[in-house]
Amino acid sequence: MSLDNKKVKEIAYLARLNLEDSDIEQTTTELNNILSLMDKLGEIDTGDAEPMAHPLEMSQRLREDKVSEEDMSKEFQAIAPKTGKGHFLVPTVIE
Amino acid sequence: MHNLTVAEQIKGLKNKDFSSSELTQHYLNRINDSKLNAFISITEDQALSQAKEADKKIANDESSILTGIPYAHKDIFCTQGIKTSAGSKMLDSFISPYDATVTRKLNDENMVMLGKTNMDEFAMGSSNENSYFGPVKNPWDISKVPGGSSGGSAAAVAARISPFATGTDTGGSIRQPASLCGITGIKPTYGRISRYGMIAYASSLDQAGPMTRTAEDAAIVLNAMAGFDTNDSTSVNKSVPDYTQYLKNAVNDLKIGLPKEYFSEGLDPGVEKVVMQSIKEYESMGAKIQEVSLPNSVHAIPAYYIVAPCECSSNLSRFDGVRYGYRCEHPKDLNDLYLRSRSEGFGNEVKRRIMIGAYALSAGYYDAYYLKAQKVRQLISEDFKKVFKKVDVIMGPVSPSAAFDLGSVKDPVSMYLADIYTLSVNLAGLPGMSIPAGFSGNLPVGLQLIGNHWSEQLLLNAAHQFQMRTDWHNYSPADR
Repeated sequence: MSLDNKKVKEIAYLARLNLEDSDIEQTTTELNNILSLMDKLGEIDTGDAEPMAHPLEMSQRLREDKVSEEDMSKEFQAIAPKTGKGHFLVPTVIE
Repeated sequence: MHNLTVAEQIKGLKNKDFSSSELTQHYLNRINDSKLNAFISITEDQALSQAKEADKKIANDESSILTGIPYAHKDIFCTQGIKTSAGSKMLDSFISPYDATVTRKLNDENMVMLGKTNMDEFAMGSSNENSYFGPVKNPWDISKVPGGSSGGSAAAVAARISPFATGTDTGGSIRQPASLCGITGIKPTYGRISRYGMIAYASSLDQAGPMTRTAEDAAIVLNAMAGFDTNDSTSVNKSVPDYTQYLKNAVNDLKIGLPKEYFSEGLDPGVEKVVMQSIKEYESMGAKIQEVSLPNSVHAIPAYYIVAPCECSSNLSRFDGVRYGYRCEHPKDLNDLYLRSRSEGFGNEVKRRIMIGAYALSAGYYDAYYLKAQKVRQLISEDFKKVFKKVDVIMGPVSPSAAFDLGSVKDPVSMYLADIYTLSVNLAGLPGMSIPAGFSGNLPVGLQLIGNHWSEQLLLNAAHQFQMRTDWHNYSPADR
């Protein structure tokens, strides 16, 4: 499966990354080189192997539904790029 | 003092040969004189006050084993009130509001953090050249890479500017730099050390571990780092043995497997020679050597380079310029804020892996890439299960070559291919280790030890026995 410049631009946008027009050609080449390595997966006979999402055979641990963390909103907002009245601020979305 | 191991420094502090403050100041001086770029942040003031505190504890007989021992912390572990950058411009301004569990555990021992070590951005890389803060230099030859991603940690320990360092290993990031810098490093079983507060790259593969001069030091430090943590849902609730108790066990009954796939074309003859000499050393200790096969290990590269980027594209979507980290100047709308903050904040390799992951997970490609890679991961894991019915430990090379020249590998695919011997260990969640085993030319070469799940004590034991009979771990770049 080979990617063209248009598809690479789409993928970049999906990942919310800007691609400068001057960089597209090289990015497309690099991604295609990487993908040609990955395409070898298609040649492997995996039979009825179960997909392995996690290295250990374990299930998700559950815990009691009670408050475990104290309120640290002030500390967390202190490192935010822009805040106001306890909110994280971003450019106006709705006029 | 800097030639002492952690075990020897523990004795020195106890016998009042020197204080933690003296030890700490000595290392801070060495760090400041070093030109390796091994540190992103040097936390001098905090280190000296931690050392003072440790000296008080020692004087009052309130100390634990590691009290007062200085160390270097990989800049991927959150440290409250101190910059935690993960080697990225994205987090250059990030002052962590909390401590990682590993940080807390080492603080609880009243240890002294000298600073935060340089690394490939978000732990993505095998040469440390992907750091926003510039590459680290290999202390054995400053024209060479130290390996990655824990390159700053490995270089710091090898250059004796820190007694030990922490590292993380997603596809070889402890073992490969340990090998290239001639130190000891262990990646424990997945789930052994808490990932809480360790900035995520690929969550089903990431695992922390100690990087030390000797196996004995690794055992001492692992005792402090390991253990169950309710804050990490993949942490395993299993008691932690005292790893130092097993070091002296004889290895004359040890069954060692050599995977024939690890000795195929592409392995540098100088590296192969060192590895085979080490195996002979084990044989002379009475260990039984047999050839084994891991037929799917060749597929580890495509499987890993799908699984890891998929997890990375998901994990790194949190960096959006809204709550913390880098935000672009004058965003014109929300989408522009996302796009420019991420494009300006991430480096090229990180962007490549995010894009590969986004593509492999996108509609229509999921089955062909992600699901298929997970099936191959299963096959790789089953290979190991079969082999561990026959042998106790697998041994082989860590990396196909010794340290290579800075700037010499420009093509991402060539860099990925060099990870061939380390990736499958992470895919299967197994413990793996690198120990100094000799030299190829003037550059150190590591021997890899791979064990079954939860067999850290056996790996450390086998490594310690090797180090009792060889002195490769005692060589220092200053001797050359």
